[in-house]
Amino acid sequence: MTVSGTPIQLRGPVLTRRQAGAYVSLTVVAPGIPEQFRPGQFVAVAVGGEGSAMLLRRAFSIFDVKPDHGGAVEFVFAVHGKGTAWLADRRPRDVLDLVGPLGRPFPLPRYPAHCVLVGGGYGSAPLFTLADRLRGRGCRVDFVLGAATADRVFGALTARRVGETARITTEDGSLGARGVVTDVLPSVIRESQGDVVYACGPMPMLRAVSALAARAGIPAQVAVEETMACGIGVCMTCVLPVIGDDDITRMVRSCVDGPVFRGDRVRWNDAGTVPPDALGATAGVKVR
Amino acid sequence: MDGVDMRTRLGWIELPNPILTASGCAASGREIAQFFDIARLGAVVTKSIMLAPRAGRPTPRMAETPSGMLNSIGLQGPGIDVFLRRDLPWLLSRRARAVVSIAGGSVGEYAELARRLHGAPGVTAIEVNISCPNVEDRGEVFACNPLAASDVVAAVREASGADVPVFAKLSPDVTDIVEIARACVEAGADGLSLINTLLGMAIDTERMRPVLGGMTGGLSGPAIRPVAVRCIWQVHEAMPEVPIIGVGGVGSGLDALELILAGASAVSVGTAIFNDPGACMRILRELDDALSERGIARLADVIGLAHKPSGHPTSTGLGPGRPGGLSSPGRRHVLFEEDRR
Repeated sequence: MTVSGTPIQLRGPVLTRRQAGAYVSLTVVAPGIPEQFRPGQFVAVAVGGEGSAMLLRRAFSIFDVKPDHGGAVEFVFAVHGKGTAWLADRRPRDVLDLVGPLGRPFPLPRYPAHCVLVGGGYGSAPLFTLADRLRGRGCRVDFVLGAATADRVFGALTARRVGETARITTEDGSLGARGVVTDVLPSVIRESQGDVVYACGPMPMLRAVSALAARAGIPAQVAVEETMACGIGVCMTCVLPVIGDDDITRMVRSCVDGPVFRGDRVRWNDAGTVPPDALGATAGVKVR
Repeated sequence: MDGVDMRTRLGWIELPNPILTASGCAASGREIAQFFDIARLGAVVTKSIMLAPRAGRPTPRMAETPSGMLNSIGLQGPGIDVFLRRDLPWLLSRRARAVVSIAGGSVGEYAELARRLHGAPGVTAIEVNISCPNVEDRGEVFACNPLAASDVVAAVREASGADVPVFAKLSPDVTDIVEIARACVEAGADGLSLINTLLGMAIDTERMRPVLGGMTGGLSGPAIRPVAVRCIWQVHEAMPEVPIIGVGGVGSGLDALELILAGASAVSVGTAIFNDPGACMRILRELDDALSERGIARLADVIGLAHKPSGHPTSTGLGPGRPGGLSSPGRRHVLFEEDRR
């Protein structure tokens, strides 16, 4: 069974709201979530208040958990549409409805290892608690963070403080090296003698990171950012084709079977489709 | 007053309360069981089961719309073998009542599913999802053709255990839902589930292309509740003796009450679960409160009440003293010709 832990649903007041470059971060009182939380997990947040015409929860990976007020959770997001715009307008003491922690966390190495953590945009949010846990186990952590512009790189300062090394890339060269994370990733893996890559960010980045890790002969554990409707595994909207241990491709749910997958198990070229050889594929038959 | 008697009947089956999950919105119950004890539901209506495992449609499969959502899942599921081996025994182990939804591409496939379910422990009722294309008839949706719909219902009724009620779930995308409803009942349906999603579509104005991978999808959520109320009303008006599971945009106890007043004996909660995994328990509580506030002792007394002239007594003098007095003797319908649709 893929469901792990026991997520809880709660209503908690916003403690703090802060602007982080192009992103907004909210810290919300959420007793019970920090105790269960493991890096890579996410919360699903209802938007629009009571009677909202926006029915679907928005899923955000957890950036941090804190002991404040019996437990609090912090997540980071970009304003994309009406739902995230509403969230960005929240102020301290406004109440949010959260479900979490959800999803499969990043698996941790059994023995101290050299770990390269790669984040694209605010996809770097879950990597900092991961770095803490890895360092707590004696792992070496090196960061590679990238985005289109400097204000879209999330957590560069923390990465520099926490990581053995931290390489930043921006497409416009406004911070770090001009380019994308995969331009520098091979050299970071080589120089840090990396044993594993952890990554979170947009699908094209995860695909490229997975390919580079495979070329280096090391595993990649990647957290996907698929659109979800429920976050708890019932709606079947967030599926992507993943190869199982039995070599059979299934359309699996990012929310409960992921969001963390082994990079070499995801059929990146087929994402957005149902490959004809997937279990139960019936090309061309329309059903609703 | 003491608690409201929330018992209800679906044909000859009695449920402890009228709140069910809607097919496709709670999988086979396992995920929402993390949030509450699913034995407290009237029943779990499972995601539609097909004969073979099914991968479903390409992504994106979902689009949020005003007070609703479009989905284009394509009935992804594990198939009947896994359902019988894994999901149904699990539901039974949790003491949950299971209404098993089945879907197929041909009359034979539906019949085979009913045969496979026959005698399986833990099947409280069968809900036949006939909003599927008939692969033997150029993909016409069964639910849109009274003959095709009645063929499926008759085949499922015949292949199912006599003790298991068969409910047909109808599509609102038809000219005359009463005609389809009547065809299903004449073919042996013991009850009807009203309604399935409405076929809809959204186009992304940035990309200037359809949002959904499957192009069209089923519209659900509060946006469709008035359509559900209308369909339940029309069918209950025409066939007041036929039990109805009301489905469509129920997000609160009052929403559930609205469907019950229109004629539903039970109410399935669907899209609201995506927003609130504990929605069913909240709605049950709110419905109980709403009935108490109105001085109503038995849920059964308000089923279809909106059809009666106002001022009609509710908790006294209506129907026999048993839960789910579905065909209360002495009940009068004051109907005017122009009210009939």
